[in-house]
Amino acid sequence: MEHDGELRAMGAEALDVLIAALVARGYDVIGPTVRDGAIDLHKIHGMGDLPIGVTDEQEAGRYRLAPRADGAVFGFSNGPSSWKRHLHPPQTRLWHADLSGDRPVYVSDVEAPARPMAFLGVRGCDLAAIAILDTVLAADEHYQARRQNVAVVAINCGQAGATCFCASMGTGPAARSGFDLALTELVGDTKHEFLIETATPLGTSLLAELPTRTATDEDLARAAAILETTRTQMGRTLETAGLKEDIAAAAESPHWQEVAARCLTCGNCTMVCPTCFCTEMEDTSDLTGAHAERWRHWESCFTLDFSYAMGGSVRHSPASRYRQWLTHKLSTWEDQFGTSGCVGCGRCIAWCPVGIDITAEAKALQAEARP
Amino acid sequence: MSQPRPKLAVWKFASCDGCQLSLLDCEDELLAVAEALDFAMFREATSADVAGPYDLSLVEGSITTEHDLARIQEVRRQSKWLVTIGACATAGGIQALRNFRDHGEFLAAVYARPDYIDSLATSTPISAHVRVDFELHGCPIDKRQLLEVISAFLNRRKPTISATSVCSECKRRGIVCVMVAHGTPCLGPVTHAGCGALCPAVNRGCYGCFGPMETPNTAALAAWWRGALGQDSRSVGRAFSTFNCAAEPFAKEAAAHDD
Ligand code: SF4
Ligand code: SF4
Ligand code: SF4
Repeated sequence: MEHDGELRAMGAEALDVLIAALVARGYDVIGPTVRDGAIDLHKIHGMGDLPIGVTDEQEAGRYRLAPRADGAVFGFSNGPSSWKRHLHPPQTRLWHADLSGDRPVYVSDVEAPARPMAFLGVRGCDLAAIAILDTVLAADEHYQARRQNVAVVAINCGQAGATCFCASMGTGPAARSGFDLALTELVGDTKHEFLIETATPLGTSLLAELPTRTATDEDLARAAAILETTRTQMGRTLETAGLKEDIAAAAESPHWQEVAARCLTCGNCTMVCPTCFCTEMEDTSDLTGAHAERWRHWESCFTLDFSYAMGGSVRHSPASRYRQWLTHKLSTWEDQFGTSGCVGCGRCIAWCPVGIDITAEAKALQAEARP
Repeated sequence: MSQPRPKLAVWKFASCDGCQLSLLDCEDELLAVAEALDFAMFREATSADVAGPYDLSLVEGSITTEHDLARIQEVRRQSKWLVTIGACATAGGIQALRNFRDHGEFLAAVYARPDYIDSLATSTPISAHVRVDFELHGCPIDKRQLLEVISAFLNRRKPTISATSVCSECKRRGIVCVMVAHGTPCLGPVTHAGCGALCPAVNRGCYGCFGPMETPNTAALAAWWRGALGQDSRSVGRAFSTFNCAAEPFAKEAAAHDD
């Protein structure tokens, strides 16, 4: 771990003080909480809402909660929602119009949330995903209105899952940048503590309100060991050397047909992906025609409408749609935005209802390219 | 507005009335609908029938008798726009289960005097008989979608109705996937959106009420149910044999598990 900022340690229960300090500053705190059999991201009010002593077991197309004896607060890996849900919501009204008078009156709906959001427990992979959204949606006023003033409390990941591969993608398990505070959970037989590092003036002022002590060399050694363990827990890998070129060269591979035989074109992978940003516009009018609205919804490259051009859909076959998705994530995203479109969070693997695994499909294509 | 209001007719064929009742169910918007359209023929709402022609016909129900075969031709002739509503009208409905069995045996099993019954051996969708301008799916249809179709008709625009999976609505709503997280079989990935993921929202798998989505890979879903979810062949077949049993992709999948 690199430590640019100040590094302190605090008892686990001080997390409650941190949440209260954020609330007192006017934030809505969004964090992990157990709901409907998964650990998802919702508004939380105190430490009691966090998934203390709960973990998850994940595989391709499968997710189950399980208890964990050590009482860890962040002892699980990614759940179904990413922070995208809060920064780039599934549906947004862009504007509405009154058409009843002589001239139409258009009203923009760009709106910041009533209270700024504080994200609690953002992992390295998701920090990278937020950075990607910041680039892609830099000129999007609706995104920027939500993104401004977001406070970020990161977590150095202490529990990777079987579907994780952030180590391959170079985005985790350590939180590198893009946060105000970063936590490392030190959980063991006797003590349950957090290391806490500040990276911004907001982080420093929050830290000042917490009951902390100076971090010791022993604390640092434990934190480093935890990150090392996390690195080895990851159940997936992806070889990134030459990946962009290999995928680009695989455009005519018969493998796309093989995936298409299994793929449902349901779009779940794109919806759970923290970087998939595509939307569609929907214009509606009421019965009288006097009121019109433009809505934006999450859209997926797996639908026919997505590639609808004059005369029909360009990507008609399911194979062409899966190819579009994987190729954009792992190859053309780099041409477009300068990074991979995949941060290795593993969500698309776990939440594909038939367990299609981007790392396995990429490996098959790589093997064809380099027999 | 000095122009006369467009004339609306609502027709019933073999059906349960649930879909046309969705129109009456539009409580908040019903007055606006009645202001925008002249309810010329709507027996669930008024017994005063006004003669055709009609600007917009909403057709509920499937074709199951000789009499209805002739009647749907007349409805088409009288209608400028014809929109079918619901699984019966768009796919033949649950009553199309007879299409795959012996009609006579069903009659004997159900009716004390089967000789009193005069019906066709099949239940077929309206589009099998006349040109249909728009099909609105669902069992029953969703009232917001019905309002959207009517608004689109009134404003001369294309209805904004998506043919993607129920999963897309499910994920937009932030519902935890019941198949992945609970192991509950769900037809959402192969089912046409429109209900707003009603069943997954209450921890149930999707029953497929809205029929097949635009590119339904039923075989791949069925294989996952059999393997990862441990469902037997009969359960898979039954899941595809409900309100949209005669919609081709569902009928084929059901036939593949017919044991
Ligand atoms: S492609 Fe899959 S693993 Fe990669 S960032 Fe998206 S959801 Fe995560
Ligand atoms: S890869 Fe999986 S989640 Fe994505 S569209 Fe295909 S079946 Fe759905
Ligand atoms: S619960 Fe059903 S509809 Fe919802 S995402 Fe899962 S498979 Fe799709």
